[in-house]
Amino acid sequence: MADLTLRVNGSEKKVSVPPETPLLWVLRDTLELTGTKFGCGAGLCGACTVHVDGSAIRSCSTPVSQVSGKSVTTIEGLGANGLQALQEAWIEEEVPQCGYCQTGQIMSAAALLAKSPNPTDDQITQAMNGNLCRCGTYERIRKAIHRAANPGGAR
Amino acid sequence: MSPLSRREFVGAGIAAGAGLVIGFYLPHRNQSRKEFSPNAYLRITPDNKVTVVVARSEMGQGVRTALPMILAEELEADWNQIAIEQAGASTFFGDQTTGGSASIRTTWDPMRKAGAIAREMLISAAALTWGVPRSSCTAENGHIKHAASNRSLSYGELAGKAASLPIPADVPLKQSKDYKIVGQRLRRVDSRAKVTGAAVFGIDHRIPGMKYAVLSRCPVIGGKVSNFDDKDSKKVAGVSYVGKIGDSAVAVVADSIWGAMEGRRVLTINWDEGPNKELNTAAVTASLKQAASKKGVNLYSAGEPAKASGRHISAEYSLPFMAHAPMEPGNCTAHYQGTGCELWAPTQVPQDCRDSVATAVGLDPDQVKVNVTLMGGGFGRRLEHDYAVEAALVSKAISSPVKVVWTREDDMRSSTYRPASLHLLSATLDGSGLPAGLTHRIIAPSISGQKGQPVPNGVDPDLPDEAGPVYGIPNYLIEYVLTETPVPLGWMRSVYALQAAFALEGFIDELAVAAGKDPLKYRLQLLSKDQDLTYFTTTWHTARMRGVLQLAAEKSGWDKPLPAGRFRGVACFGCFQSYMAEVVEISMENDQPRVHRVVAAVDCGQVVNPTILEQQIQGGIVYGLANALRAKITVEKGRVVQGNFDDYAPLRMEETPAVEVYAVPSPEAPTGIGEPSVPPIAPALCNAIFAATKKRIRALPILNS
Repeated sequence: MADLTLRVNGSEKKVSVPPETPLLWVLRDTLELTGTKFGCGAGLCGACTVHVDGSAIRSCSTPVSQVSGKSVTTIEGLGANGLQALQEAWIEEEVPQCGYCQTGQIMSAAALLAKSPNPTDDQITQAMNGNLCRCGTYERIRKAIHRAANPGGAR
Repeated sequence: MSPLSRREFVGAGIAAGAGLVIGFYLPHRNQSRKEFSPNAYLRITPDNKVTVVVARSEMGQGVRTALPMILAEELEADWNQIAIEQAGASTFFGDQTTGGSASIRTTWDPMRKAGAIAREMLISAAALTWGVPRSSCTAENGHIKHAASNRSLSYGELAGKAASLPIPADVPLKQSKDYKIVGQRLRRVDSRAKVTGAAVFGIDHRIPGMKYAVLSRCPVIGGKVSNFDDKDSKKVAGVSYVGKIGDSAVAVVADSIWGAMEGRRVLTINWDEGPNKELNTAAVTASLKQAASKKGVNLYSAGEPAKASGRHISAEYSLPFMAHAPMEPGNCTAHYQGTGCELWAPTQVPQDCRDSVATAVGLDPDQVKVNVTLMGGGFGRRLEHDYAVEAALVSKAISSPVKVVWTREDDMRSSTYRPASLHLLSATLDGSGLPAGLTHRIIAPSISGQKGQPVPNGVDPDLPDEAGPVYGIPNYLIEYVLTETPVPLGWMRSVYALQAAFALEGFIDELAVAAGKDPLKYRLQLLSKDQDLTYFTTTWHTARMRGVLQLAAEKSGWDKPLPAGRFRGVACFGCFQSYMAEVVEISMENDQPRVHRVVAAVDCGQVVNPTILEQQIQGGIVYGLANALRAKITVEKGRVVQGNFDDYAPLRMEETPAVEVYAVPSPEAPTGIGEPSVPPIAPALCNAIFAATKKRIRALPILNS
């Protein structure tokens, strides 16, 4: 067991867990932030994507000890003060079907837009290719990212 | 007026002040009912809310939006006052299965009638209140209005009085030209929760005092636990219990999911590997080949193909086992308490969960309560109920509520699989190159048969929805040879239609090539005569198939030349009563196809919500492309080889084409849409690859050939 302090969605959280516990399970089961999803446990699907110090990471493959003292943002923190443009765009473009992977998709997209506010199709593909969706919503995701980058504007 | 059996609808559960409640019955697929037992409710409460209580599970296909739209249309409700409520399993209810692309097509009539009955009762209530003739009152936007006196009452205000009135026997239904809600792109009701992380899927459910469990299941199909050593597992922090569950698994319970996984990692189990320990994929393939010459049963028969004369062509097609792999792995939360057991299950079959859990833990079905959660995809995997039984057994063993979670590897290796199949096709071409005779022999195990369910006359009960004729060929035989396999089988999106379409539509392309004709024009020629093809209880109309093919041809620009290096393929197929044609445009890069564009045309009757229709077709094509390109489950030494998304790889964004969807305008009743887009995509893609390379692919997956 290790006593660790994380900064999650802007507030400090103290957890007492085995240090090798993946961040995913600390978020979901200890901190009850279940918007971050378990899909593969091996960094292959992106359903567990969160931001650590602003970068998108796979929380299923990141031991919680590695993020001690760092700033973690989950989907719950992303839209804490009203929906982000990305989330609005996701609704506008009717992206979600089952919706299970979409929180991870949005976290990957948010990290992309933070780096490249107006991404090209290639940049979108590169940033989003690690996020799987079995409902096949990829083209709508692409449109939603363009829409969020250019609200009301040309694509 | 619609003839309406009085016994199809009841006023039910009317407590004082509860408002108007109408119970009705939603059939599943083609089943008929013996006696009336309502399994859906419409409830209008004095707070002016309209609630549809219905046992259709939401797994991404949009039922929580589309089903209430149908009812709201007839009710003349304000869309904003409507909500859907998920019903749990109950012995009081009829069939509650969600599957077979059936939700819209089987609820269309009862949903409309329930809405119309409530509307007429509300009109009567208003007429009585005001002392005016019924005919002077109209229903509009959640209100009954009396134009002459400019009076208006909301449905909530009228619900109590309406509840005291008899259920009308005959009610008028609206004409499609008057629809205000059906056919509109109403936004899905659940998107906001799904983009904020607020949506609660099965795996997200938690109850106080809940433990977590993972199970180690025998890796060999049909094997059992001999003994196990839990010494190391119990040293893992938080592990509280290790014990056998059923014959073939050991559960590790901990106070965190990670603890349970770590405990399982160091658990030692000796397995009794049983009769399948030497089973491998080659043996499965060989057994299909052996069965190929057995006597089959006729699924469809016209004329006598054996007597047709002309040029003879034959080919053999085959497909592997495939896994559903929904994004949310298997899970279930259970709380067994001696005289009852409550479950929170992401399931397509709440009643099967209830019944199998009751048997497993020794309760009556009435003592088991099943709460149906949101699902992270289903694709048929959640038509099983293994996860529910495991959770109930673990909860009973530890006398505590528990959440059982499957890992991705658990899901991939202990699942049920789309049956591997073999297809023998032969045709006799007449002088003009058209088939005078065609035989399609389907050799595949029966999913239902393996599960001990009835297989009447040797015909798997799914084949009537999924393997019908497409063309009006004068001498045409579709045969089925039932085989057996120890590999666990399940119903996977589009079920046998995927196999049937891959074989037939590849072969039709071969015939077109042999005849020296354009593959699309060849198909249109085969569909040129209006014919009704009766296949079990469905009648397929060649005119409707021709319609979707023509629409796909037009929208894809089939007659226009492609840029250098681009090639097209086409396929069409019908299943779940809908007609589908798809044109695929590809280029070849490093001997692999890159799909640039897919044009899909569908005739599914009246479209309830065009956005949801497009989502389902786009999604089905992406799912089908993954099936076509890479999906393959293999077995070595009785063990499923593939384990995660690296060796069983779904489509990613970089491979996903733009998919355009076009629907033939139709006043017909709606038919299935969750699955029909899946079957044509693999043959259309293989036909495009042939156009590009002259190489005919007769075995899936493509990237394995």
